[in-house]
Amino acid sequence: MSAALALGDDALVLSHRLGEWAGHAPVLEEEVALANIALDLLGQARVLLSLVGDEDELAYLREERAFRNLQLVEQPNGDFAHTIARQLYFSVYQHLLYERLAAGDGRFAELAAKAVKEVAYHRDHAEQWVLRLGDGTAESHGRMQAGLEALWRFTGEMFQPIEGLDAAGTTAAADATAASATTGTAGATTTTEAAAAIGTAGADGSGSGVDWAELEGAWLAAVTATVERATLTLPTGARTGAWAAGAGRQGLHTEPFGRMLAEMQHLHRSHPGASW
Amino acid sequence: MAAVTADQKTQSTSGTAKAAGTEAGPAGTAPEAADAALLAAFDAAVAADDRIEPRDWMPEAYRATLVRQMAQHAHSEIIGMQPEANWITRAPSLRRKAILMAKVQDEAGHGLYLYSAAETLGTSREELLDKLHAGRQRYSSIFNYPTLTWADVGAIGWLVDGAAITNQVPLCRCSYGPYARAMVRICKEESFHQRQGYELLLALSRGTEAQHAMAQDAVDRWWWPSLMMFGPPDDASSHSAQSMAWKIKRHSNDELRRRFVDICVPQAEALGLTLPDPDIRWNEERGQHDFGAIDWTEFQQVLKGDGPCNEQRITQRRRAHEEGAWVRDAAAAYAAKHTTPSARTAQHAQPAQHVEETA
Repeated sequence: MSAALALGDDALVLSHRLGEWAGHAPVLEEEVALANIALDLLGQARVLLSLVGDEDELAYLREERAFRNLQLVEQPNGDFAHTIARQLYFSVYQHLLYERLAAGDGRFAELAAKAVKEVAYHRDHAEQWVLRLGDGTAESHGRMQAGLEALWRFTGEMFQPIEGLDAAGTTAAADATAASATTGTAGATTTTEAAAAIGTAGADGSGSGVDWAELEGAWLAAVTATVERATLTLPTGARTGAWAAGAGRQGLHTEPFGRMLAEMQHLHRSHPGASW
Repeated sequence: MAAVTADQKTQSTSGTAKAAGTEAGPAGTAPEAADAALLAAFDAAVAADDRIEPRDWMPEAYRATLVRQMAQHAHSEIIGMQPEANWITRAPSLRRKAILMAKVQDEAGHGLYLYSAAETLGTSREELLDKLHAGRQRYSSIFNYPTLTWADVGAIGWLVDGAAITNQVPLCRCSYGPYARAMVRICKEESFHQRQGYELLLALSRGTEAQHAMAQDAVDRWWWPSLMMFGPPDDASSHSAQSMAWKIKRHSNDELRRRFVDICVPQAEALGLTLPDPDIRWNEERGQHDFGAIDWTEFQQVLKGDGPCNEQRITQRRRAHEEGAWVRDAAAAYAAKHTTPSARTAQHAQPAQHVEETA
């Protein structure tokens, strides 16, 4: 698995979900804001996917099992609070990750340095809304808490190391192997991935220097601070997602994702070889 | 505010009377003499191509016409997001998807400018949206047509935005300052969208046979509705004469429609697509194209609410608004809790007394 594919798929899929809000937002300013964030993410996805191959082939011609995005970003929009909970969890993660990548001298440093400015805005937008919904009315408080709870289980996956992005390459392989022990049916795939990781990690990742445990600590601290300021409670349940934490990165997704791809890819697939 | 409104009413009566071409009412009473002076100043400003600004006196009928037109314009931007947003999740390439998302975002932005501009006339966005949702204010009839294929996104860009620009460029010189300034900004972005739509259709037209057919089908479906965007023929247009006298409008519906046809004919040729009107031909004598008769029955039907998507469009708009009510309530409740008393006083002191001033 390439790190560019993982990060690119996260951005592509979340951008698509946010695009579904167009014409449905609660207030005109949010039409603008959600589309703006979706556009930023789509821009990031295009750069990242182009590092791997042809952006359109990658977006439109891969099947569900070949996508490497987090299960978190593929979750359906739900109500506005649900969307904001997803934005909070992801944008804080992406902001902290890109800050670290930008500070290193790995292959993503330049890209991350540019994207981190956009992502800081996304994070601020999400945090501001968590405050407003959490500390707004009784109804908004209840909905915001429900959104945080519903998506909490998908947050553990974000801290499964991505090959090539960690400080010591072999750690990723070790973690991937450990993950495969818990994923059962995914075992075969994961073992292959782990084997590949041993060969490639460090090659494109030297200098990226992401300490995943430290990243998780920073994420938990930031999310906790916002949630508590918003008079909400940090969920306490398991954070393994569907299958297991890390499954999205192995191409193991949740059911709504296939339907999302069917819609996204339909037209492109109906006209093989056409240019648009 | 109530006293101010009553005052406006008095002013408007004389404004309307003058506008309708009758003499100002019985002379001699002091208020009417003052009104006549205000109206004279207003008329002089319009005649001199000066801009009328929010704090200037204006005839109530002028104010009402502008509110109606600007609200309808703003509503069109908002409802107009729907037919295009319909294709965001299915856009066939990431580049096209980015362009389309940016365009729909721009439309929301245009809606915001226009509501702000309308608010300078003493109304509010909430009030205007309520009227839209209640069916008491209109939006452009064009958005009651469905987007059935990807090529429709291109046809909307080329034809619908093209017609909008033809209509709106003269509004950059409209007598009401805030509207004119909003239009300068909007027209720049619309021109960009129109070029993108044209380019989308060109790619399809030069693509596979199936893509070419998709493009032609879209143009066939959007051509006549686009011509209807200019409104009823001049002899049936109820607001035209007054709007032209007030320099809100600069050209007649038919004049703009003919201008649009003249622009489109060579563009269609360059696209390698045909327009679905066998009667289009160059008229040497007039130096313009002749074209076939518009189906005004269909126009009236769509305007009445019986077009293909009227019900769907307004239902989706209402639903977004209703389902978003708890979010807006939350933002308001949060603001109330977290605004300091001094900031709150400052906010309350602000509302403009927009009719105090004279021209």
